[in-house]
Amino acid sequence: MITGPIDCDVHPGVASMEAILPYLDPMWRDMAERRGLDELISISYPSNSPLTVRADWRGKNNRAACTPAELAAQCLEPFGSSIAILNCLYSIQLFFSEDLARGFARAVNDWIRAEWLEKDARLRASILLPTQNVDYAVEEIERLAPDRRFVSVMFLISEETPPGRRAHWPIYAAAARHGLPVSLHAGSSYRNPPSPVGWTSFYTEDYVNQATAFQTGLTSLITEGVFAKLPELKVVMLESGFTWLPGYLWRLTKFWRGTRQELPWVTEPPAHYVREHVRFSLQPFDGPAEPADVERLFTLIDSDELLLFSTDYPHWQFEGTAALPAGLSPALVRRITLDNPLATYARLRETVA
Amino acid sequence: MNVEVLDRSAAAPQASSRLMIADGDIHPRPASAKDLYPWLSRQWQEVFETFGSRARQGWEKGSAYPKMQPMASRRDAWPKTGGGPASDLAFLREQLLDLHHIELGIMNPLSPSGQGFQNTDLSIAFTRAVNEWQVACWASQEPRLKASIVVPYEDGAAAAREIRHWAGNKHFAQVLLLSRTAEPLGTRRYWPIYEAAAEAGLPVGIHAFGYGGTPITTSGWASYYCEEMVGHAVCAQAGLTSMVIEGVFERFPGLKVISIEAGVAWAPALMWRLDAQWKKLKAETPHLQKLPSEYLRSQVWWTTQPIEEPEPRERLGEMIDWLGWDRLIFATDYPHWDFDDPAFAFPFRMSEENKRALFRENARQVYGF
Repeated sequence: MITGPIDCDVHPGVASMEAILPYLDPMWRDMAERRGLDELISISYPSNSPLTVRADWRGKNNRAACTPAELAAQCLEPFGSSIAILNCLYSIQLFFSEDLARGFARAVNDWIRAEWLEKDARLRASILLPTQNVDYAVEEIERLAPDRRFVSVMFLISEETPPGRRAHWPIYAAAARHGLPVSLHAGSSYRNPPSPVGWTSFYTEDYVNQATAFQTGLTSLITEGVFAKLPELKVVMLESGFTWLPGYLWRLTKFWRGTRQELPWVTEPPAHYVREHVRFSLQPFDGPAEPADVERLFTLIDSDELLLFSTDYPHWQFEGTAALPAGLSPALVRRITLDNPLATYARLRETVA
Repeated sequence: MNVEVLDRSAAAPQASSRLMIADGDIHPRPASAKDLYPWLSRQWQEVFETFGSRARQGWEKGSAYPKMQPMASRRDAWPKTGGGPASDLAFLREQLLDLHHIELGIMNPLSPSGQGFQNTDLSIAFTRAVNEWQVACWASQEPRLKASIVVPYEDGAAAAREIRHWAGNKHFAQVLLLSRTAEPLGTRRYWPIYEAAAEAGLPVGIHAFGYGGTPITTSGWASYYCEEMVGHAVCAQAGLTSMVIEGVFERFPGLKVISIEAGVAWAPALMWRLDAQWKKLKAETPHLQKLPSEYLRSQVWWTTQPIEEPEPRERLGEMIDWLGWDRLIFATDYPHWDFDDPAFAFPFRMSEENKRALFRENARQVYGF
């Protein structure tokens, strides 16, 4: 029985491409070397941006923890976390070639298994999916699902087509079949502009607009009807922010009422699907500063089941160990840090509950 | 099916509110594009009729996502004289201004307005014609109605010329832009618009919709009209984010912006997020002197329709407490299907002071009437 928090969004560092190369099939390793492939670092998290790595977590190589020991020292022990779910942001999603994406997804997932899951029993991981090709994504789920330390599957909130589109449904069906929540993480494959009104000039805008990506992505999942089709499916929004949720749901509910003729399969109000199927990681907490306002905000959110504890390590979202905003009741803290993660990730219940 | 108009002839329409109010979003339309021809040269009439508006969307007629109602309008809004909804001044007076005690109504012409036409010269000529038409056929005929200067906004210099042409004309209450432009609205190409508007003392209204040509989601084209309608809120969020971060409000401190028909309840969360993230990333934007929320709280207003409808409805009031009651301008969106009736849009208790601010005083202050 565990007592420490379950940290649902932790980003393991990749020291360099050299770390991944041994896990690539020889053909891809050869090609990576011959073509001088650069590291898979996305402009969603520029290497030197203060947000990408909190200053006191930046190591000698300018990166945060690239080994399980470093991660334990910086991310597990200071927060007393009993479990951490690794969501690797090495950006296989940016490849235009389906084949490169498949090759690198396999390599990064195998690297996670060998270099992290094998070395610290507190670690779990999400399976990175090469969503450029749905068949390849399903194949990767089938390949790794037997390893119960993979507790989720993951891709980015902003990819080529909206996440609810029917072409993605085989991924959701496979994930649901294996008891794996689908995690959608902040970030883009930049097939589309990083704001709904076009390409932005500043990184600050790009990051702020991640919250809009989750709003439209969630709308897509609800309106296309995937939750009606797959009652077992769980979706986790990672690094999404959540303070936008009340105002967003009020608007969506109003327009769902007005447009139900085109969405006959959406038989319940949108908030129903969110409560039954969707969860949000805690950080970044973009909320009011006053504890009394935080309390009011949770009244408007109207549920204590939606949030999952996260540090978002090594992204700079708070100082010290203040990952939990002031203003949460002890009962809510218990839900966020333990009960909700265990209810969301079926595979965690098998091993630690 | 939503094809019949209820027969309410037995009961005459009741005045829904006794308060004299302002309405920040009314959509007059010409009965036919030919109504604009007195102000459009023969050459542009022919180009328009032959090649169309060339906006960034695929359909020759109609909008990218089919609406839920013909012309997105209330079924009872077709005047008996013929023509489409809100094309007949007498009927608009009867159904909107008189019935709801509207003493100040801001007109936002959308269809067609000439805004977003890809042919820049046609856009210049067409927006001028729409402005002339607003004065001749509406504002000069009805003192309660004020016009918006529509501009060829994709050409900042030409748009600024159009604003300066009308500056000082008391029939106009604001400059009108649409939210979905070719680039985010904070980028430099649009700055001549803000400069000219601030110089003329006119607020800039940014109405939902438009023709940017980019998907309404950052993950590509949505499937449904429902997604588009909900998506207008994120377009407004991204547009205001662009204007703050690019430094539009810092550069033009006299500029007033009104977010129209894009929702209200998202504004507090946007401000929290902008402030929280900007504090960490401000090395990128040394041109900003204040917190993002400070610019938004002092230079931006929001029209209320389509008002969010939480259960219980009082929760909307809690959200507005965070935003500030001084930031809201009531709007009906007449004649569109999701019209807000002033008597029913806010079914919860609010103080007399907040009610006066929301329905009247904020608008009078912003538009200067």
